[in-house]
Amino acid sequence: MPATQTSRRKKARQSSAAGAARKKFMLRLYVAGTTPRSAQAILDAENLCEQHLGGRFRLEVIDIYQRPALARDEQIIAVPTLVRRLPEPLRKLVGDLSNAERVLVGLDLLVRDEHKLR
Amino acid sequence: MNNRKALHKPNPVPLPKAPTGIQGLDDITEGGLPLGRPTLICGCAGSGKTLFAIEFLVRGAAQYNQPGVFMAFEETGEELAQNVASLGFDLKDLTARKKMVVDFVKIERSEIREMGDYDLEGLFVRLGYAIDAIGAKRVVLDSLETLFAGLTDAAILRAELSRLFHWLKDKGVTAIVTAERGDGKLTRHGLEEYVSDCVILLDNRISNQFATRRVRVVKYRGSRHGTDEYPFLIGERGLSVLPITSVGLSHDAPTERIPSGIPRLDTMLGGKGYFRGSSILVSGTAGTGKTSLSAHLVDATCRRGERTLIFLFEESQSQLLRNMRSIGVDLEPWIRKGLLRIHAARPTLYGLESHLVAMHKLTDEFKPSVVVMDPVTNLSSGGTVNEAKSLLTRLIDYYKTNRSTTFFTSLTTGDRTEEASGIGISSLMDTWLLVRDLETNGERNRVLYVLKSRGMAHSNQVREFKLTDSGIDLVDVYVGPGGVLTGTARLAQQAREASEGIALQSEFAGRKRQLDRNCLALNSQIKALQLDLETVQEELKKIGAQNTFRKAAEAHVRAVMAKARYADPLDNGVHLANSNHRKEA
Repeated sequence: MPATQTSRRKKARQSSAAGAARKKFMLRLYVAGTTPRSAQAILDAENLCEQHLGGRFRLEVIDIYQRPALARDEQIIAVPTLVRRLPEPLRKLVGDLSNAERVLVGLDLLVRDEHKLR
Repeated sequence: MNNRKALHKPNPVPLPKAPTGIQGLDDITEGGLPLGRPTLICGCAGSGKTLFAIEFLVRGAAQYNQPGVFMAFEETGEELAQNVASLGFDLKDLTARKKMVVDFVKIERSEIREMGDYDLEGLFVRLGYAIDAIGAKRVVLDSLETLFAGLTDAAILRAELSRLFHWLKDKGVTAIVTAERGDGKLTRHGLEEYVSDCVILLDNRISNQFATRRVRVVKYRGSRHGTDEYPFLIGERGLSVLPITSVGLSHDAPTERIPSGIPRLDTMLGGKGYFRGSSILVSGTAGTGKTSLSAHLVDATCRRGERTLIFLFEESQSQLLRNMRSIGVDLEPWIRKGLLRIHAARPTLYGLESHLVAMHKLTDEFKPSVVVMDPVTNLSSGGTVNEAKSLLTRLIDYYKTNRSTTFFTSLTTGDRTEEASGIGISSLMDTWLLVRDLETNGERNRVLYVLKSRGMAHSNQVREFKLTDSGIDLVDVYVGPGGVLTGTARLAQQAREASEGIALQSEFAGRKRQLDRNCLALNSQIKALQLDLETVQEELKKIGAQNTFRKAAEAHVRAVMAKARYADPLDNGVHLANSNHRKEA
């Protein structure tokens, strides 16, 4: 565990040196149609990104009814699912996104500063 | 929905079914799986669930024009295609022709975090997308239980599964859901609670070191079905469930006869031989000539240009050919002409069911009109006696349906229980010949008799059964005061009778000569008497003539005397003469 942490820090330092304002996180949110649950999930995800990831994210919202092939390719079975596509490895978070803290932990989205703060 | 509709029908029409195309399964389910409904296939690991499901799809797509979707939770499409390629299923081709979609659902526990509420709409969408892409009529979910491994919220999963099965019914697809067998229940996660229409259980059991796969229809709502456990095999062409025909006893009984190859045996069997399509059992102790009897039938059949299949469980092909040549039956030419095929395998080589499948396969390929199994009793060494019996029952059914004549030899042990056929199959047989040894005067001789032969007049006689250089010869036995005479005793009896015949012959000749002589003597006597008679007659004549002469002389004398005396004229003279005459009379 400590080894991975150090390597992660090293990587983070390198990337932050390369350019801090880059899109760091690529996220995809899969929802099914325009149900209240979908709307809530979209809202939660956007809030979370705005508040915790600053400008370093790209969030795509995908309606699986519209793009079922994508759901297949991305191995989506449950909705809502928030996928962290980058940085690797792929992480999926299924369910309620209202608790930002848990989402950030669950998807390992905590950025460096916060990491250091902790 | 569909369920409720069906319930409201006062007199429901037979349940529509989707044929699986799996050999034999459609017989025990009387047509296939319930159309437009989900079916649960459960079984232990390695019991053939996935193969069952994939065959259902492949056959549906290839034979019934019902495209199918395979949702694989455990294997990728690539792996699946490789695994079933050995069974001749070309998934890639079917996929390319839009007959099939394989969707691999990957649920990686390490990638997924769950929190709060969610649903499995993603799964539904993917399934719906795949179904719509090819207009699928069949769906396989293999296996939904992977969901329980990948996702932890059992309450959500159960609710979603329930929704999934309703959704499948609404879609009108015939679905197969596979599930792992659980302890004490059908499936580990209780999927049988959701699938209530049809549940099929697969099993792979090991008894006596032989693994046998079995299938059982646990439940089939709204339809009759075979309830037993049926063995099945995964062969070269997919699954085959056996018994193919034993659900009903509906084969017809041909009246055509086929000769046994031994004319005198034909005579014993009503003069014409066996019935075509009947089952014939020959039982007897070791070395009584059972195989030779079968070889005669084979030879006669091939001579008519019909095909014969021999299953040998004890000898090799060349051994049989050599042995039969020694009694003047050469089967080799028939093999060369393609009329005879011999399949030799030890019963213990593989399980009984595998034998059954091998037999079915060969029979389907070769289409023999006569099938010989030698000896059938050995089959029980590949399983239990009951298993062997059930195998034979199914075989006989199968062959009768095909109008093939079956000839079984059964080895009985030498403890004088000839009328026990070894594995209790005699009741399945139409004709039962018994060959046995008679031990008398220090020698063993074979005798044969017809113990039963259904549907034909048959001889009740015991025949002596001889193996000669030119085949089997049946000879009448001698029944003497000391019992049945066979072998040298019979020869001795024949000699005795011959010598007695000669004695009788000479006695007769002597007597005849005697009588001839008597005749001669009598005839000569008759001649002597005849001569005497003639002499007497001559005497008589002589006397008559003398008398007449004397009378005439007397009259003359009297007339002379009257003349001399000058007596009265003629009247007096006549009177005198008359009175003289009267005196004399």
